[in-house]
Amino acid sequence: MKQKPVISLGKLMNKVLRYTLQVFNYTLFMAIVWYFSIQPPYRQLEEGQAVVTLSFSHAAELREACRRMSQEELLKLPPNMRLPTSCPRERSPVTVELFLDKKLMTRQVVEAPGLHQDQGIDMFHRIKVPAGDHKLRVSMNDDVKVEGPTYRFEKDITLQPEEQVLVDFNANSGGFYINILPKR
Amino acid sequence: MSYINPIKRVYLAIEAWFNLSFGSAWNPLYNLGTLAFFFFWVVLISGLYLFIFFDTSLSGAYASVEYMTHDQWYAAGVMRSLHRYASDAAIVTIMLHMFREFALDRYRGFRWFSWFTGVPTLWMVITLGITGYWLVWDELGLYVAMLSSQLVDALPFMNSAMARNFVGGQLTDRFFTLMAFLHLLGQPLFLVFAIWIHVKRLSFVEITAPIGLSMGSFIALLALSLAAPAVSHGPADMEKVTAVLNLDWFYLAVYPLLDYFTAGQTWMITLGITFFMMIMPWLPPKKTGHAAEVHLDHCNGCEQCADDCPFDAISVQARTDGARYENEVVVHPNLCAACGICVGSCPSSNPFRQKNEQLETGIDMPQFPINDIRERINKAVSELLGDTRIIVIGCDNALDFAGLESSDIKVLSLYCIGMMPPTIVEYALQKGVDGVLITGCRTGDCYYRYGNKWMDQRFDGSRRPILRGRADRDRIKVFRAAETDCKNLRSEVADFRKQLQKLNEAETSNQPGQAHE
Repeated sequence: MKQKPVISLGKLMNKVLRYTLQVFNYTLFMAIVWYFSIQPPYRQLEEGQAVVTLSFSHAAELREACRRMSQEELLKLPPNMRLPTSCPRERSPVTVELFLDKKLMTRQVVEAPGLHQDQGIDMFHRIKVPAGDHKLRVSMNDDVKVEGPTYRFEKDITLQPEEQVLVDFNANSGGFYINILPKR
Repeated sequence: MSYINPIKRVYLAIEAWFNLSFGSAWNPLYNLGTLAFFFFWVVLISGLYLFIFFDTSLSGAYASVEYMTHDQWYAAGVMRSLHRYASDAAIVTIMLHMFREFALDRYRGFRWFSWFTGVPTLWMVITLGITGYWLVWDELGLYVAMLSSQLVDALPFMNSAMARNFVGGQLTDRFFTLMAFLHLLGQPLFLVFAIWIHVKRLSFVEITAPIGLSMGSFIALLALSLAAPAVSHGPADMEKVTAVLNLDWFYLAVYPLLDYFTAGQTWMITLGITFFMMIMPWLPPKKTGHAAEVHLDHCNGCEQCADDCPFDAISVQARTDGARYENEVVVHPNLCAACGICVGSCPSSNPFRQKNEQLETGIDMPQFPINDIRERINKAVSELLGDTRIIVIGCDNALDFAGLESSDIKVLSLYCIGMMPPTIVEYALQKGVDGVLITGCRTGDCYYRYGNKWMDQRFDGSRRPILRGRADRDRIKVFRAAETDCKNLRSEVADFRKQLQKLNEAETSNQPGQAHE
């Protein structure tokens, strides 16, 4: 019994030709591997663009201040839970607006996370902007009891192309500030 | 010729091209799984070498990679390139593997499990590559870290901004220790586990590519590594957002989506595609035939069917019917592919047995029992006319050979060519057929994995049940082909006819006055 290959190489198809085809196939395969491992290049910023990154952690103000419980309210509670004051845990949502040259670039409204909405928020937002001189203005409201911004920040900045500036926040040191990013 | 969908037609043409240059044994498309394993081995070995020189610290990582790339270009540099390109080649191979299964409709029915588990396994490979890019800690590493963090931050159970770590100066060396642990140990371990699950429903899982193919692939990888060594971008700089990046699209293609969609939407898109791919085997579902059935009164517990089952659907247990044999086999219907290979394995599937009664065997296909096969042979023998009476035996999954049927050719299509007990061929010849042409899936590409291989081994005597010596090998021809190779089949039949004519003439001249029976 004689088994014939699926596709006969034929008399003309000698080993040299067969190996030449193999080299061609390997070359084609590796060319695809090489090309898509680095090409085509991806442009994440247009020519002359920079990035303003708004990123901070902050625990907003409580929605309601602590208050003294009335006698009636206390009597409705089990004896072991009759505390004289009630302090709701829910925190206010945080509203942040970032303007560049008076133009609103982003407005973020973030609810406090957690089952009781009692945790601090984490903000991370990147905005692509043209490089050059800009007037940066950031405002935040973190207290539902207050009308308008609770924090304001203004600064003239100069951005180089591809530069990233980080707008950070620390309530203990007065609010927003420009964080100098480390070079690594 | 029956209808063949265009995707399958294109795939079969590519496969034929590779058969032309590599032959069926080395055809990369028949070895995509083992080839992916081979690339993983290259990745593992090169990765271990790179780890010797890699500094797992924030300030030292990039410098150590630069040292390997430039100062020690001849060893670590080449290893780095091998590591990169073998990882990419593995993705290409896996994608081709998926395309192949899709094009050949080998992802539905009983194969759903391998497809279903293969999709998340691909994601595990991709995430392994992603953590590898972080470790270089160049501009691309920072980009990947930053955007990966944004994706993680969008998950509902995350309540802190991981991405802040990459802008707020909070990053420490511990981050690199964690990443190195993930990339070197955690992820590979999970990947090995996922691959184990992926092949769980298969037996005889091959993980070693043919030596020629492995050597060729390695030489090609090495040549690429020397011709275009892998290099880094500039060092990670958190003050900077690099405008143009040379992304590795095999691993990082998801990140540009974040420029067009929010992280949540990106999750929805990727999870949506993943979910869709995972449920593809049911769109629409493919019905698998009835599972094989064991007939203990004809089973001697030889276990050959359990040894031959390509889908691990037959197990062996202690005898339950009180017969004198030690064991019996049990078919697990949910695993059975209904290929019938077990019928071909069973020594009781011998058409010379029970000649005047219903032929029964130890394990049989309820919708196409061995008795029907023998009856079909008997009927064909009685109907064949002419000088070269041929029976063509093939399978339902390769080329459509029904069109060959004529007065001197009768066809018999089985579920798989491995379903054919070798004694069937001997039986047909003894009944007076001039020749038996056996066809089936292309060599190396059996629809049910091992039908061709088992048949070859039964014919060359290395696997039970064997084709006995008394069967005239000159009157048996094997021609394997895909659905698109019908023209070749006709020319093979014509050649076979000539061969049989010569044999008949020779026999007639040797035995004057005695016609060939």
